Amino acid sequence: MTTKTSTDTAVPARFEDLQPLMALMTGDEKHGPAATSTLDALWVLYDRVLRVTPATAEAQDRDRFLLSKGHGPMAYYAVLAAKGFIDPAVLPSFGGYDSPLGHHPDRTLLPGVEIASGSLGHGLPLAVGTALGLRAQGLTDPAVWVLVGDAEFDEGSNHEAVAFAGAGGLERLHVLVIDNSSATHGWQGGIAQRFAAEGWSTATVDGRDHEALYRAFTAEHPGRPHAVVAKVEPKDVVVG
Amino acid sequence: MDTMRDRFVDVTTRLLDEDPRLAVVLADITAAAFEPAAARHPDRVVNVGIREQLLIGAAGGLALTGMRPIAHTFASFLIERPFEQVKLDLIHQGVGAVLVSAAGSYDWPAGGRTHMSPGDVALLDTLPDWTVHVPGHPDEAEQLLRHAYADGDRNVYVRLSAHQNAAPVAVEPGRFATVRTGSRGVVLAVGPMLDAVLAATGGLDTTVLYASTVRPFDAAGLRSALGERADVVLVEPYLAGTSANEAHAALADRPHRVLGLGVPREEHRHYGSIPEHLAAYGLDAASLRERSDTFLR
Repeated sequence: MTTKTSTDTAVPARFEDLQPLMALMTGDEKHGPAATSTLDALWVLYDRVLRVTPATAEAQDRDRFLLSKGHGPMAYYAVLAAKGFIDPAVLPSFGGYDSPLGHHPDRTLLPGVEIASGSLGHGLPLAVGTALGLRAQGLTDPAVWVLVGDAEFDEGSNHEAVAFAGAGGLERLHVLVIDNSSATHGWQGGIAQRFAAEGWSTATVDGRDHEALYRAFTAEHPGRPHAVVAKVEPKDVVVG
Repeated sequence: MDTMRDRFVDVTTRLLDEDPRLAVVLADITAAAFEPAAARHPDRVVNVGIREQLLIGAAGGLALTGMRPIAHTFASFLIERPFEQVKLDLIHQGVGAVLVSAAGSYDWPAGGRTHMSPGDVALLDTLPDWTVHVPGHPDEAEQLLRHAYADGDRNVYVRLSAHQNAAPVAVEPGRFATVRTGSRGVVLAVGPMLDAVLAATGGLDTTVLYASTVRPFDAAGLRSALGERADVVLVEPYLAGTSANEAHAALADRPHRVLGLGVPREEHRHYGSIPEHLAAYGLDAASLRERSDTFLR
């Protein structure tokens, strides 16, 4: 690959740069709504919150972001490309036999990708173990973030993790729930209360409002894990 | 004599003091016995409660940070219940853990089918790169656990049982041991099956091999133990025939016969004791003698 990555250029990537990057990926239109639902929140996280760069992608004290909802990873790949983790020139290979970019990500094929996902309900338990492992090594500073979907939250494994993390006060654990109202039976009273009932700090915000997302992501939550529910338009509404 | 499970608690408690990479994840089972270790290492002895998907997921996450996780509960809830987590949170992530089970096949017959997991080793055979140790004595359990903890980042399953042999065998992890030599084929006894196999083959001109590690399968050890006759009887304390494919592959270049004995696939709806179940499965010494003698005649 000879195309320069965004880190080689003088001008930092902007949110507006993501759509052209996403347009380079074709073949997973079925998951298009799932991809765009995460775009704003992912951007704010990678642009302003996560302390990880291509240079520190292997550093033991990096912040970690785990994409649990592996469906529709185009927004994720676009953000990773904009931030220099992936060469934008590989984006058109999306889903190809030799491509590192699957319709579900594989951590062994991509730098900066913390977990291989696709089957729902695995990221949050893995994030709990990651938070435990960092704490056991005395690394109390790195943050662990995991993105789940509101329909993914149906999986019981999430509820095992939510209850344990709340009881254990895993302060460095953060969950970002992208809520596009796609859970078949919904969540009566909202998703945030499922976390709050287990002792988590929570915030529910407009998932397209970058300032609101940033404030929710950076809210103080001493002694407790933190969940941010980012509400976006229902999945059957065409975006932009 | 202590049990393998007692020894697991003792040796792991000691090694937690010495190796900062080790972390134990529990799901209530055996948690009380680990309380002294948890008091000394609260961040490295974690009981997640009765949450077995989280048990394996958390082990995977610990491994992602560079730790050497040890996850433990009964085999039914360690391998069968969270099997997708075993597949995805360990193997697919490219990380390793040590899974230590108790009560594998018939350890608690009065507990019934819900606490029996004779298919655990066969399930792991559907995944790549597992090492599987099946010790037959607490001394072997200690040796194999120490080996597993220090075995790089490999995925290792250590299958502990309340059923054990009277004396340990000097084992080398990964290698079959020759216990007796003869010319009428080979009987391969796995873990706790050795005492019954020795009793069953007493006076017969048959080689007895002993396996405390079944994966990787010591194909070279099996081949070198065979003489003119390539007849092999496998006696395994879990699902009958689990290692038959491995034995066939080891002998693919020569005519051979394999008889796989073990726990039958059919549900056995009786409670009772371990000896009663072994007899019902045809795994007591008298049954083994009759079945292997017929096959090796």
